[in-house]
Amino acid sequence: MNKFSLNNLTVGEKGIVQNIATSSSHIRQRLLEMGLTKGTKVEIVRYAPMGDPIEIAIRGYRLSLRRLEAESVFVEKDPQ
Amino acid sequence: MFREKVELSTRYIAIIGNPNAGKTTLFNALTGLRQKVGNYPGVTVEKKEGKIIFSDGCSATLLDLPGTYSLTANSPDEKVATDVLLGRTNHTPPPNFVICVVDASNLERNLYLVSQIIDYHIPVVIALNMIDVAEKSGMTISSKKLGDELGVRVIATIASKKIGVDELKKIMQSNVTASLKARQWSLPKVVKEECDELQTMLQGTQHLSEADAFHEAIQLLTSPTALSEHLDRYAPELLEHVKKDHERLDILGIDRQSVFVESRYEWIKHVCEASREIKSQSFETTSDKIDKVLTHKIFGFVIFLALMAMMFQAIFSWANAPMEWIGEGFNELEKNVTALMPPGDIRDLTVNGALAGVGAVVTFLPQIFFLFLFLGLLEDTGYMARAAFIMDRLMSKVGLHGKSFIPMLSSFACAIPGIMATRTIENRKDRLVTMLVSPLVSCSARLPVYVLMIAAFIPQQKVLGIFSLPGLTLVSMYLLGLFAALIFAWIFKKTLLKSDAPVFIMELPPYKLPSLKTIIMHTWERSYLFLKRAGTFILGVSIVLWFLATYPKTERATPAEQLQQSFAGQAGRLIEPVIKPLGFNWKIGIGLIGSLLQREVFVSTMGTIYNIKDSDTQFSNLSLRQKMHDDIDPHTGVPTFTILTAICLMVYYVLAMQCMSTVAVMHRETNSWRWPIFQISYMTALAYGTTFVVYRIGLLLTA
Repeated sequence: MNKFSLNNLTVGEKGIVQNIATSSSHIRQRLLEMGLTKGTKVEIVRYAPMGDPIEIAIRGYRLSLRRLEAESVFVEKDPQ
Repeated sequence: MFREKVELSTRYIAIIGNPNAGKTTLFNALTGLRQKVGNYPGVTVEKKEGKIIFSDGCSATLLDLPGTYSLTANSPDEKVATDVLLGRTNHTPPPNFVICVVDASNLERNLYLVSQIIDYHIPVVIALNMIDVAEKSGMTISSKKLGDELGVRVIATIASKKIGVDELKKIMQSNVTASLKARQWSLPKVVKEECDELQTMLQGTQHLSEADAFHEAIQLLTSPTALSEHLDRYAPELLEHVKKDHERLDILGIDRQSVFVESRYEWIKHVCEASREIKSQSFETTSDKIDKVLTHKIFGFVIFLALMAMMFQAIFSWANAPMEWIGEGFNELEKNVTALMPPGDIRDLTVNGALAGVGAVVTFLPQIFFLFLFLGLLEDTGYMARAAFIMDRLMSKVGLHGKSFIPMLSSFACAIPGIMATRTIENRKDRLVTMLVSPLVSCSARLPVYVLMIAAFIPQQKVLGIFSLPGLTLVSMYLLGLFAALIFAWIFKKTLLKSDAPVFIMELPPYKLPSLKTIIMHTWERSYLFLKRAGTFILGVSIVLWFLATYPKTERATPAEQLQQSFAGQAGRLIEPVIKPLGFNWKIGIGLIGSLLQREVFVSTMGTIYNIKDSDTQFSNLSLRQKMHDDIDPHTGVPTFTILTAICLMVYYVLAMQCMSTVAVMHRETNSWRWPIFQISYMTALAYGTTFVVYRIGLLLTA
């Protein structure tokens, strides 16, 4: 399967959320509630000037998260 | 009719909503200037209440709850909002009903909170805010259809232009009820079965209401720690049952945590489709275009630094003029009081104790005002989130959050606004670490001490042809403070306030034009609270210090002799053995004690000791420098000040907490004495230790 960590996508690439694999249930809950649920489309908008954190577009709004957290979000690449 | 009116006036209404949904703007539009700010007891979360007056003269109380994304309570702010909403606290009554502010341009995520509120059967009206922004980005939302889907009244509003506010008020006067459409979202069959079963058990054994039991059931099914956490709360049979549920769902491959959130969002998607029409979706919004510049690799930094420089400039120099006016005003006042009152202790107490102390606090007001004006502008336009976005990488090196940068920078002007600016940091531990280290950054009150010492003792020499030794010394002092702050932030994060790297999951809201009214009200509230809380404390401390420097009275003594004979003078001698290892004698001891209130007092205390008249105790004054230079102990032949003592004294002032206003603000912001006392202790120990080492090394080098 084409499963990638959100961290590995480059600017402009789109993906569909598959699962979140972090050991912290607190972070997981926050990410889920912010809308990163299975099947949701995400797009990498940009990286911060120093490369971290990253900014993503999701459910019509913009969210920033550190690469460390992005690493645990797995997506399937959306070819469109 | 009359009865109804009385009932209405005792109504308690809360405003809730996601951060950045325009909650505060709507709150201001509804209440006008009739507001009152305080703290929730025991936590550092702000409590804001206002009075709303209806067209027929009736009124009700409106509570502005902290912004929250959900009722799962992920931060102290969110916990307060949840607890108040669900009536779980003693300090605040549960609201009769709530207004939930929803950002129309960000409907899906905002409806998540709405769906939770509906499920708790809380009476609610929805303010569908920023409807203009949604329309501009190509969406049409029917408030009628949205209301039908959710089973509640929905009013389209543009809070910044007061559109929809009157209609909202009308509804607030009528009877607001809970939605009849709770829990419309559907769970997978097996999950629903377990959840229902558990809910029934909880209703029976724990006597919970249907809604509470339902949410408790979700909690028990999702949270990995639920079982160990509630050991004493539930019967063993129930816990056993929950454990079996976990096993069963896990075997079926169901993600217990995400299934509930997913199901809710699934339903929200359906609600949005039924009530929202997306005509055209532009890929690049205006905010995107702005962000291309403001978060650009190079320009982003340049603009950020320019903005910070401007803010710094405002606190540092623009505030100077009003600070001088206030200073002069107090001088005038002191003169007038001196002229009006008969000479004696009472006059002395009023002028040199009370007025001097209060004056010291009020002088900070312009700095506080400018800082909050800037912070308000940055926050309200949406730039603050970008600043944290840009600086996060750097701050993460010492284990902090991007949001810690601005408080630390503000502390270069003054630690008081710096500490107050930490309010934007959600994580309690990260906020504490930032507050603990901020006073190590060299503030403007240290400058007079540095300047006096450097001008008097550091020789005018060129280093490497371009730098001057005095200039380099000054820079070193600033760098020492900054490094100490960063190192201690790192240490505290590793030890005392150990916590994981802060979670940086932050919304980047669209840019918007700032609402000047909101910002000015915000700035005024902050300034007022600062005056009220810090002022009363400082008044007490300054009276004590005045007493120490005035008594016991010596007949016909010069001011210098009087000070030396006073309790403060005696204390200076008393602590001499303690400060001797740092190269300080009793005269410096008096200076240290006198400047406990605020650092720059050191300069005027030295002025008094060396018998310099009031009018020329300016730190640039030559005679003070000369006298300090020439001062040699008649018994030992040791000069009071050498280059080494001057350096040691500066190092001490860089690191020591010689500022009671900061202590007062720490007390107010942490709601405890523990942290301010800890802060004084660690900073004093650090200052003492470092100065000792510097002195010893200096002695070795000069021997």
